[in-house]
Amino acid sequence: MAETITLETIDYVSILAKLKLTPEETEGARSDMQKMLDYVEKLNELDTDGVEPMTHLFPYDNVFREDIVTNGDAREEMLANAPKTKDGQYLVPKTIE
Amino acid sequence: MTQKTRTALALAGEIRKGKCSVRETVQETLKKIRTLDGDVGAFLAVAPEEELLAKADSIQKRIDSGSLTGPLAGVPVAVKDNICTKGLATTCASRILENFIPPYSADAVERLEAAGALVIGKTNMDEFAMGSTTETSAFKVTRNPRNPEHVPGGSSGGSCAAVAAGEVLLALGSDTGGSIRQPSAFCGVTGLKPTYGTVSRYGLIAYASSLDQIGPVAGNVSDCAALLEIIAGHDPKDATSLQRRDCEFTAACVADIRGMKIGIPEAYLQEGLDPEVRQAILRAAETFRSLGAEVETFELPLTEYAIPAYYLIASAEASSNLARFDGVKYGYRSPEGEGLHEMYKRSRSEGFGPEVKRRIMLGSFVLSAGYYDAYYLKALRTRALIRESYTQAFRTYDLLLAPAYPTTAPKLGVSLDDPLKMYLGDIHTVSVNLAGLPAISIPCGADSRGLPIGMQLIGDAFMEKKILRAAFTYEQAAGTEAAEKKEA
Amino acid sequence: MKKQYETVIGLEVHVELATKTKIFCSCPTAFGGAPNTHTCPVCTGMPGALPVLNRQVVEDALAVGLAANCGINQYCRFDRKNYFYPDNPQNYQISQLYLPICHDGYVEIETSNGPKKIRIHEIHMEEDAGKLIHDEWEDSSLVDFNRSGVPLLEIVSEPDMRSADEVIAYLEKLRRMIQYLGASDCKLQEGSMRADVNLSIREVGQTGFGTRTEMKNLNSFKAIRRAIENEQERQAELLEAGKPVIQETRRWDDNKEASYAMRSKEDAKDYRYFPDPDLPPVLISDEWIERVRRRLPEFQEEKAERYVREYQLSEYDAGLLTESRNIARLFEETASICGKPKKAANWLIGETLRLLREKNMDPEDLDFSPEHLAALIDLADSGAVNNQVAKKVFERIFEEDADPVAYVEEHGLKTVNDAGALEAAARKVLEENADAAEQYRQGKEKILGFLIGQLMRETKGQANPSLAGEILKKLL
Repeated sequence: MAETITLETIDYVSILAKLKLTPEETEGARSDMQKMLDYVEKLNELDTDGVEPMTHLFPYDNVFREDIVTNGDAREEMLANAPKTKDGQYLVPKTIE
Repeated sequence: MTQKTRTALALAGEIRKGKCSVRETVQETLKKIRTLDGDVGAFLAVAPEEELLAKADSIQKRIDSGSLTGPLAGVPVAVKDNICTKGLATTCASRILENFIPPYSADAVERLEAAGALVIGKTNMDEFAMGSTTETSAFKVTRNPRNPEHVPGGSSGGSCAAVAAGEVLLALGSDTGGSIRQPSAFCGVTGLKPTYGTVSRYGLIAYASSLDQIGPVAGNVSDCAALLEIIAGHDPKDATSLQRRDCEFTAACVADIRGMKIGIPEAYLQEGLDPEVRQAILRAAETFRSLGAEVETFELPLTEYAIPAYYLIASAEASSNLARFDGVKYGYRSPEGEGLHEMYKRSRSEGFGPEVKRRIMLGSFVLSAGYYDAYYLKALRTRALIRESYTQAFRTYDLLLAPAYPTTAPKLGVSLDDPLKMYLGDIHTVSVNLAGLPAISIPCGADSRGLPIGMQLIGDAFMEKKILRAAFTYEQAAGTEAAEKKEA
Repeated sequence: MKKQYETVIGLEVHVELATKTKIFCSCPTAFGGAPNTHTCPVCTGMPGALPVLNRQVVEDALAVGLAANCGINQYCRFDRKNYFYPDNPQNYQISQLYLPICHDGYVEIETSNGPKKIRIHEIHMEEDAGKLIHDEWEDSSLVDFNRSGVPLLEIVSEPDMRSADEVIAYLEKLRRMIQYLGASDCKLQEGSMRADVNLSIREVGQTGFGTRTEMKNLNSFKAIRRAIENEQERQAELLEAGKPVIQETRRWDDNKEASYAMRSKEDAKDYRYFPDPDLPPVLISDEWIERVRRRLPEFQEEKAERYVREYQLSEYDAGLLTESRNIARLFEETASICGKPKKAANWLIGETLRLLREKNMDPEDLDFSPEHLAALIDLADSGAVNNQVAKKVFERIFEEDADPVAYVEEHGLKTVNDAGALEAAARKVLEENADAAEQYRQGKEKILGFLIGQLMRETKGQANPSLAGEILKKLL
């Protein structure tokens, strides 16, 4: 049997995902997730013992940059899209209570 | 551009010969977009005319002086709206990026521009490429140019519709689980998903990083090959970009597939497949046989595990990739709400649409404490097995032939009610992404309602040339066949 | 009766590497730029930007790992640690959880009970976060991403330490080792070395562990010591009162000399680590490891032993000279230029350490040239300047790397050896200090020192002191 998804699970996951769901959306999310998890349960038919998880597609490795500064000051470009800025910085609601 | 020059390569040839100017080409394309796009809805944004004309003139100069000799110089290209274009809004069809003007261009866009092609505008898509109808776009509906009551497919629906409607000859799409191949099939155009790592992902706004690839959409195989040749290549800014030395894709368009061995996975012809699509695939198989290829069906194992593995991996990666949209650095910030966490939650909840939220929730759950092994690692192990099953298949076959989608394009408004059912439609496309393989979707007829049917040719990693060669051969033969039928 | 408790401490030490560029982009790591002037699409988390690993970070991690006797994961990978915070532009930090580059090492520290091995659980590579400044006016915070993406090594120890002394000894050992490698300047005040203290207590004799807390925001050795003392006391009081210790992260407030729990229902501490699909694995060959191993420098202990052997310095002096790699370097270079190792050692142990203390400077920041110190030693040796002048000149070297020969010349500081000139000055001094001269003549010989001092003053300190004494005696 697949994991049972409760409304508490959805509340917990929405904290992780930083999403605010209405009660209606929470129930919808619960039922959607339950359906998906019931469905992906199918994978458990498959014996994957001893199979190395495929984290990367091709056996390329050691892709490096050399330690050389090539970036200049791009502050204005980086800040241009920010919703709120002050003194060349990104302004956010206060982070310490 | 005359009726006769319906290919991008031919158009570029006329420009080189001085039969038309780049400026005229741009003006004509803009005019087409103005006349046609009201009904199609393929574009989210069109580049400012003065800017385009200035670029056109500069390209013209370089063509005239002989410094720009590329095969697509002077040709306008539409670009999917998840590919960053410096100075031109890039939104992923999402409210959360509504006002985002990238300070840089994707590597693929830079390559286009270096080759003298022009980014004419940005095309509609499913929000953050999550969907297969382009209906999850936050901004507009895109209609299938072959039948406006039907969806164009997705998520690269805007790019494929723009090409199908004749608004442009070339477009860029992106393919994470079929997002180039499926809308290409629905719209009756040609689209190719390259081997993972062939086109740089730098500047492609990530949905699922280990699956995403940018690829070309065009009206025919040669144009597709030419566009791919331009955008492919190693990019030091993308650590997963490959150093390939076999990117002369145009040269691979040769009409000869004698001796080629093509396999049709049995499972892809079974349940859920529209009989008319099945017929079209079998007819295409016949054509390949008649052209000298050996075609047979075979058992490709594990096909039914591709969709669950895909949705687990894609959602997990997406939940992390989309965390950066938080109202701090760019994009939408909710005016409501007190405090940091409330700002985060409101901005994201108001900024993302339902399908995106659904996948972020699923992805966050499957990575959360206690579930990582059971879901995410299980999916990665399945992925390894699927990749292996393809490797086995390619020991016997040069290419695999498969439908691009189990049906032709559904009507607008019917797909989003049942997400799981929508996901199940991706059965023919997602395993290609899981295995990192190249595949093309080319038109192979139409159903009784006149909706296009597409077939996929899937190759082993790095075998784009084989794919292009077979697709080109088929296209030539089918074109001749159609012409003969007309005459008769 | 009050129970006896034992404190169990493990450390998570973060070290900012001294690479030129950030770990995943080509922005400079230099301090001091205006906010956000060292940023690009990668380190501000722009959509579509991708990380590419800086090779030097791997080199440095390997060197530190080998120096700390670690095993190397020859197949290592990066993972994403997912959490939302404004100083973390992607809302995930690229770090290593599943396959960190180094594992299972140790360093040896000196304790009151002799040498002790502190085991290292692992060392991993990761990126630093940006900086948040609280803006009182706007009731909001400001984010500066200049530090975002600066490479960090996180060195995780086993819970092997039992006191603040051991913790400080361990940190000093790590710091010296990493400074010797040149991998980081390891300054606690500037944040290029940071330590989080995991602390629990248990009754003496028990073998299991108590519930631990993690202490953050410790910016000096003093703060670390105070926080440890404070926390072991706090936990003991809880246990004495029959209350449980809660596993939590606490923040040290240096002004209040107290810590408080960092709690929020919005922080679930569920980081959803998974392998970063944007970064291919790092494969470390045997050859690579050997190459790094061969390049490891001579560390403090070997160096100090060599100084005793080679330069006949005392163990104590050799220890002081090798505390800082920079001072050791100055010593060796100066000694080899002037060929007077003992004198070079005296200047570096005496005046240099005194001035460093006085000016509250870090030895790593010393940047005068050994040629100048060597020249000063020669000047003093030849008698061209006296001791007092030499110290004055040394301050100029220390401060601004002055050339001593030119400086002495320019300021006319050469010792006066001209007997005629000295005699004239001495007559003047005796005239002005007739009383003292009289006292001397009456047998109070000690007063000669005063008169010599007056003569030195008259000659602006440049008189050759022994000659000055002789001339005065003669005149008297």
